[in-house]
Amino acid sequence: MNEATLTTFTWLIPLFPLASFFLIFLVTRHNRTLTWMLSWAAIITSLVMGWIVAFNTFGLSELLSGGQKGWKEHVHHLVDHPVVIESSVAWLPFRPEIGSWLRMGVAVDPLTAVMLFMVPFAITMIFIYSVGYHNYGKPRGTKPGVPNHGKEEPMFTRFFGFFCLFAAAMLTLVVADNLLLLFVGWEVMGLCSYLLIGFWYGREYDDPKATPPRKASIKAFMTTRVADVVMLMGIVYFYRAFGTLNFSEAFTAEALAAVGAVTAGVIALLLFAGTVGKSAQWPLHTWLPDAMEGPTPVSAMIHAAAMVSAGVYMVVRIFPLLALGLAGSESVGLIVGGIGAITALMAATIAVAQNDVKRVLAYSTISQLGFMIAALGIGAYVAAAFHLITHAFFKALLFLGSGSIIHGMEHGAEHVHDHHTDPQDMMNMGGLKDKMPRTFITFVIGGLALAGFPFVTAGFWSKDEILADAWHQGTHGNTLGMIIFIMLCIAAFLTAFYTMRQIALTFLGQPRTPLAEHAHESNNYMTLPLLALAVFAIGFGWLGIPDTFLGTEGVFYNYYHHFVGATVEHTLHELHALVPGVHELVTLEFDPVPLIASIVVALGGLTVGYLVYGRNPLKANEPDPLIAPLGPLYTFLKNKWYWDELYDTIFVQPTIWFSETFVYEWVDKGVIDGTLHLAARSTYAMGQYVKRFEERVINDGVDAIKDAVLWLSKEFRSIQAGNIQEYALMSVLTAAAFTILLILLPRIIG
Amino acid sequence: MIFSEPTLLILAIFFPAAAALIVFLLPDDDKTLAKRLAFYLSLVPLGLVLAMWVIYANNYRLAPGFQFETIAEWFPLIGASFHIGVDGISLPMMLLTVILTPLSILASFNIEDKTKMFMSLFLLLESAMLGYFAALDLVIFFIFWEFSLVPMYFLIKIWGGADREYASFKFFVYTMAGSLGLLISIQVMGLSMGTFDIVELMDKWVNVTGAVLPESGISIPFIKAFAFWSFVIAFAIKVPVWPFHTWLPDAHTQAPTAGSMILAGVLLKLGAYGFIRLVIPLFPEQSHQLAWVLAVLGTLSIVLGGFAAFGQWDFKRLVAYSSINHMGFVVLGIAVMARAYGANHSVWDGDAIMATNGAVMQMFNHGLSAAAMFFMVGVFYDRLHTRDLRKFGGFWAVAPITGGILIFNSMASLGLPGLNGFVGEFLITRGAWGPYAGLVAIAMIGLLMTGAYILKGIGQTLHGPIKDQELAHHLTPMTTVEHLVIWPLMILMLTLGLWPQWLLAIINDTVSRLF
Repeated sequence: MNEATLTTFTWLIPLFPLASFFLIFLVTRHNRTLTWMLSWAAIITSLVMGWIVAFNTFGLSELLSGGQKGWKEHVHHLVDHPVVIESSVAWLPFRPEIGSWLRMGVAVDPLTAVMLFMVPFAITMIFIYSVGYHNYGKPRGTKPGVPNHGKEEPMFTRFFGFFCLFAAAMLTLVVADNLLLLFVGWEVMGLCSYLLIGFWYGREYDDPKATPPRKASIKAFMTTRVADVVMLMGIVYFYRAFGTLNFSEAFTAEALAAVGAVTAGVIALLLFAGTVGKSAQWPLHTWLPDAMEGPTPVSAMIHAAAMVSAGVYMVVRIFPLLALGLAGSESVGLIVGGIGAITALMAATIAVAQNDVKRVLAYSTISQLGFMIAALGIGAYVAAAFHLITHAFFKALLFLGSGSIIHGMEHGAEHVHDHHTDPQDMMNMGGLKDKMPRTFITFVIGGLALAGFPFVTAGFWSKDEILADAWHQGTHGNTLGMIIFIMLCIAAFLTAFYTMRQIALTFLGQPRTPLAEHAHESNNYMTLPLLALAVFAIGFGWLGIPDTFLGTEGVFYNYYHHFVGATVEHTLHELHALVPGVHELVTLEFDPVPLIASIVVALGGLTVGYLVYGRNPLKANEPDPLIAPLGPLYTFLKNKWYWDELYDTIFVQPTIWFSETFVYEWVDKGVIDGTLHLAARSTYAMGQYVKRFEERVINDGVDAIKDAVLWLSKEFRSIQAGNIQEYALMSVLTAAAFTILLILLPRIIG
Repeated sequence: MIFSEPTLLILAIFFPAAAALIVFLLPDDDKTLAKRLAFYLSLVPLGLVLAMWVIYANNYRLAPGFQFETIAEWFPLIGASFHIGVDGISLPMMLLTVILTPLSILASFNIEDKTKMFMSLFLLLESAMLGYFAALDLVIFFIFWEFSLVPMYFLIKIWGGADREYASFKFFVYTMAGSLGLLISIQVMGLSMGTFDIVELMDKWVNVTGAVLPESGISIPFIKAFAFWSFVIAFAIKVPVWPFHTWLPDAHTQAPTAGSMILAGVLLKLGAYGFIRLVIPLFPEQSHQLAWVLAVLGTLSIVLGGFAAFGQWDFKRLVAYSSINHMGFVVLGIAVMARAYGANHSVWDGDAIMATNGAVMQMFNHGLSAAAMFFMVGVFYDRLHTRDLRKFGGFWAVAPITGGILIFNSMASLGLPGLNGFVGEFLITRGAWGPYAGLVAIAMIGLLMTGAYILKGIGQTLHGPIKDQELAHHLTPMTTVEHLVIWPLMILMLTLGLWPQWLLAIINDTVSRLF
């Protein structure tokens, strides 16, 4: 396919869902069938175009016609010219010396290509799933703003409208050729996230400690906004330092070297702050678990596959800048890698003690994103980008699976008319294996991928690559690498453990409540996307088997590494020559230690999980077997390390006090208005004093004048008592008189 | 030719005044006629300014100086002349004025009390504002400045809320206090230089040499400092810059909906425009030295305005404080301009172009979004007769379209990228990053609070279970007239967000010439 067509396609990819968004709200919002068909059509068109662009960039035809040799040539070419599609329009005009126009446009390089492979596909699956999830075709629900279990969602079209806007924003972010357009997509996604977390805006819980959706949505938006305003500083600093926001213009070795390692580090950290918020990294991770208040497709799309991945994608996108920053100062690596590793470990510990089926997955998402960030902190570019994609597949699968479970449980709840038992609590489940076979199989596949089950699953290969990179760094003089390696190994062990716990609590044993007893498999809209995603949760990893796996040569070929690595290989190579501390992109030699480590932690975690939860599945009303051995630690983990309480005490409450009491009551009304009122009163008092002085001293002597004044004022009172028309007439007449005077006066005097 | 270019401008300025008179002379009893006529007549200046816009965009974008210029002898004794003209900074402001006036009149179609008078005052106000933006002579400038005050005073005083006496008085006295210094300074400057012409003064006054003024014998450094500060305080009150802002929440809260729309939409810009048109060009040295004061006050406005807005439970007061927060960005941008302009080819020129572009852009954008927000508050208030956010809640379920529109406008106000507000804020942040990185970092706290108060407004109004069935019952859908008010604004916000260059290119060509 020729370049012009591909360029057009790239422009159109985000525009279809965007057009669909406007059409839904302006035209089709009363027609449900038309609405979902329209959004399907839009996203599928984007998917097709996205895949055409992605496969063209990947060199599928070269691979098919020329075999591995032909493809290697293609990649060789890509290394020198990673940006295969580039097109932009002038957007903001400026004078030449500050870079003339700020241009907006699209660009495709290998990294974009893999995102264009994953993002529209995951979104399409979730679009398909959502039709079933919202009970399309069933009797219509009547209560907008709250879940209508078992009935068609009353705000069905609104949901798809927001979803289309979200898809447009995410795809914009992916194809953006500059930081500002990326930020546009970034923020619009934030809005969609806000709207969709709070989709059931009217929902209220009896438990005052529970977070209703509307509060969760504000929490999500505000927490990420803390990060976004810092990121905005990063963007303006970037713009000022490079004189451009365009990635391919800024990320040349010369431009980077001219900016310098220290500045690059500062900019990278400012931008990274945005990722800490968007990808829910510690210390801004608290919003994501509460974001589970949104409908499950939202959790799957925004809070697993797409938006939170966008945070990591952004750091991967600016990797040359980060690499330079890493060379400039150790603290850059310490901050990025440290935050990633702490997040990965902390979130994994919390996930162990959660009972809500979606919240376990939420913490697991935070943890897995931490893996990627940790990888970036030690410069493992490809490993992070690899885990980004595989994670998106299996986490979307798991979330959709959990939605299917909840749907099944809700069906059970409808059946037995029980609206008090929480259908999301895993303690109320059990034995769903036979009730929901498709969901079970796909969920297990996703779970194994998350746990990193050796050799078969995608999660294994990507996690292994991160561990291998950390080990490599650790054994080559980077202490941070070793620390990260150890922390990630523990996190990976816990991951496997809580995954097994989740599978066992949900599917194994006997049903623990009537809800689970009467649960049944979800409709095809929901289960077919699960099957499709399961294929990628396994198969995608095979693209990234290391070249020298098990010391072999020529048997395996790491397509993913060579392809995505081509994005920055050349830049890093040149930059390495200019700035010595910058690491080049390397293909690691085979090392058995990290491989054994990742096999051991994955299988070990799964085994321990099975021994605790799977061998003797929990019976009804039995407590979690972890409570007794862990004791207070379990409470600590169950309460998520008390981050929410801490933030409420040190940030939220003081902000409210500062706004309402300090700034408004004390400063504005007290000090400023108080001073004004004092001034007004003293003026008035002085006037009174003068008046009294006049009365006492001058009074008697001027009776005659007073009488005259009284007479005059009587005359004028008749005018003053009039209505507004008379006032206005007087004003107009006076104004006219003045005007005439002003015009005539110069003539008379002159 | 009757419609020669200068005539176009003169017509645009004085037509609304004539229209005010026409409406005023209508019979008292036909209120509908007064409303309709006022609306149609207010479309004429819109057409005129649009024509000017097209001519300007095609012919004069790169031409230096002022276009559509008229210089007529007017008061030769004191050296004042009738001098008006526009450039790429004043033209967008005039466009804003002529867009917002018809929409505000449309928003006032529910005014039943003294309708005719209301409409006349509005048209009169339009004349004053347009004249202000076009004035190139200090006396004319001052007359229009004062003249804009009077109609607004009456709009608040007569059609305002319960506490309108206090609010209108505060508004009037505050502004008058600022005007006093302005008047004295203008007189001293004009009389000592022998001219009130702004363009001439930009040369004569700026480059005046010697220790004392020729006739009066006043020390030049003293009078320059005095005049500078009087100008700054007068305009700072109008913007308003913290801590001169406390008149604004009261005035807004008490003003009728359309009054708030114009007050926030255009009248606040009078202050910011004064800085760009007068303070910095006439006092480049002082501006350069004291730019940091402006920057600090701008930052304080952003931050404290944001916090104060978040602390409100009256919806309209919340939106009123949001103006302080947003206009703070304008002031920050102006500070960068001040710092670079006086230095004559400083290292900050590039930043200053960005920041000044951003400031003018932000003025325009805030005009649209603040007017829209005040209008939406009015939509709720008209139906519910309360603005207490504590009583609101769950309205999205009863008024889905109104809710959607409120969210759209809130997002524009929040500065969501893709809508108009972001463009200005981004440019100002970018421009200010060079000279004032530390202040930008502090200002980001204010930007964070922008999110907080906007979400508070949406959340308290639309979300949650319905708190008060009675209120929810009264929340009827928006009327056609109301849709006619809000949609042009929303379309403008979206187009400016996606494709800002139709406006920014005009601004930029003038701004670039300043440095």
